[in-house]
Amino acid sequence: MALDAIIKPINRLGRGSVSAIAEVGYAGAILVESLYFAAVGWRRGQPVRFSAVFEQMRQVGIDAIPIVLLLSFTVGLMLGIQFMSALGEFGAQSQVVIAVAKSVTREFAALITGILIAGRSGSSFAARIGSMNVSQEVDALAVIGIDPVRYLAAPSLVAMLLMLPTLTVLSNVMAILGAALYCSPQLDISPLVYIIQTLNALELRDVFEGLSKSVVFAVIITLVGVSTGFGVSGGAEGVGRATTRAVVLSITLLVVSDMVFSFFLNR
Amino acid sequence: MSSEPVIDVQQLNVWFGKHHVLHDVDFRVMPGEIRVIMGGSGSGKSTLLRHLLGLLKPRSGMVSILGTNIARASTAETLRLRRQMGVSFQGGALFTSMTVGENVALPLREHTTLDENTVRIMSRLKLEVVNLGGFQDLMPSQLSGGMVKRAALARAIVMDPKLLFFDEPSAGLDPVVSAELDELILQLRDAMRMSIVVVTHELESAFKIADTITVLDRGFVLMTGSVAEVRASGNERIQDLLNRRPRKIEVDTDEYLRRLTEVDAD
Repeated sequence: MALDAIIKPINRLGRGSVSAIAEVGYAGAILVESLYFAAVGWRRGQPVRFSAVFEQMRQVGIDAIPIVLLLSFTVGLMLGIQFMSALGEFGAQSQVVIAVAKSVTREFAALITGILIAGRSGSSFAARIGSMNVSQEVDALAVIGIDPVRYLAAPSLVAMLLMLPTLTVLSNVMAILGAALYCSPQLDISPLVYIIQTLNALELRDVFEGLSKSVVFAVIITLVGVSTGFGVSGGAEGVGRATTRAVVLSITLLVVSDMVFSFFLNR
Repeated sequence: MSSEPVIDVQQLNVWFGKHHVLHDVDFRVMPGEIRVIMGGSGSGKSTLLRHLLGLLKPRSGMVSILGTNIARASTAETLRLRRQMGVSFQGGALFTSMTVGENVALPLREHTTLDENTVRIMSRLKLEVVNLGGFQDLMPSQLSGGMVKRAALARAIVMDPKLLFFDEPSAGLDPVVSAELDELILQLRDAMRMSIVVVTHELESAFKIADTITVLDRGFVLMTGSVAEVRASGNERIQDLLNRRPRKIEVDTDEYLRRLTEVDAD
């Protein structure tokens, strides 16, 4: 019995590790195959169609613009309020401009956009592919001779790689605008001057840091959503579980990878 | 007509974990033949079908479709093979985001360089074949069960395949519609000279359309023969199936106790 108490957790740990590694491997395979099909698929009779990519770009990108703008504006406003009050305690209110500029471009714009798109599109990838899997549509694609990864995953990946950085740029602009509207009266400057000061404070590498994060986020959101969708079993309930899992897992990975990125880029 | 089999399965063994799902299955279908795979639930017929479709690769044994060994085929060979195969799935598996017409046209759009007019005419032709003329603009969710199966059939034959697979054509349909579907299968074979494999557990439909029947039971091929041969078979399990008798389950005491007491079944 005592031996059992030791062996059982080890057993569980082992099985858990094996399945986690298998999942990472599966997601990696989807990434490689998607990029392969996007690059040379048209030569192998498996083209990634522009129309499919554009449709995905509309769904994950264009349709998300209003909510991204609204949320980014609010976050910018909130950062302005917090920095004004926190830096005000040291009488360093003039430093608000640089604090907002750096924290938005390096961190918040990419993270907020990523979390939003994970909730919007990561879940919809999982739900769409999951329900297709349950109703044998994925099998049907395969027997028609259409590689499911080429048809379902590759357009989403390409669209996300293009749209998430684009949305992040929009988010940068809106957040800084939000902060400008709140802070400029308190700093006794016009919003235009605030923005000019922001542009002077920013370096290219600040924006680049946020954008490079958003590229990584795009890969994470797509792969988690798509691979969870392909792994669905167990009918409608399975689709529901997969959707939840896709959102929770991709947001977790987003935040962790963000931290790792920030650590290495700011040493 | 060549006498090479269009499907040649030899000594196929399949394991799912500890479960031996298919035992030494030999399965051969000749050109122009309508073969029915018959068996109860859990007989392994779906697993056999998934191997024939190349959705599962054989670990032990050989599966050869139209002369191509599935396990050794390159991506290009598999693609070429799939253009010559049509499959109608149990639930139809129509793409719910596309209209019926787009569903039927999809294989043509993906595999050929035909212009849009030709694609449209060809897909409408196939819809006419399955008596769904004029329904091309509806969404799959707007169709009845029988219409979904017929639309799926139209998609399966749109590339004029040499080999057609049909999974449970009569499942969930009323007797009249299912009889119509059987007629349609017979017409297709006669008009297009396809070889057709039908998986079903409906006896009536099986006897009506089959040239030959393969009876599967618990992963074993019990027999392959003509309708008359199957009817006349002395095998008890086959007669159980034909006469809808519940099977007698023999309990192996040791095995039973082992299953009950076993820790960590997988």
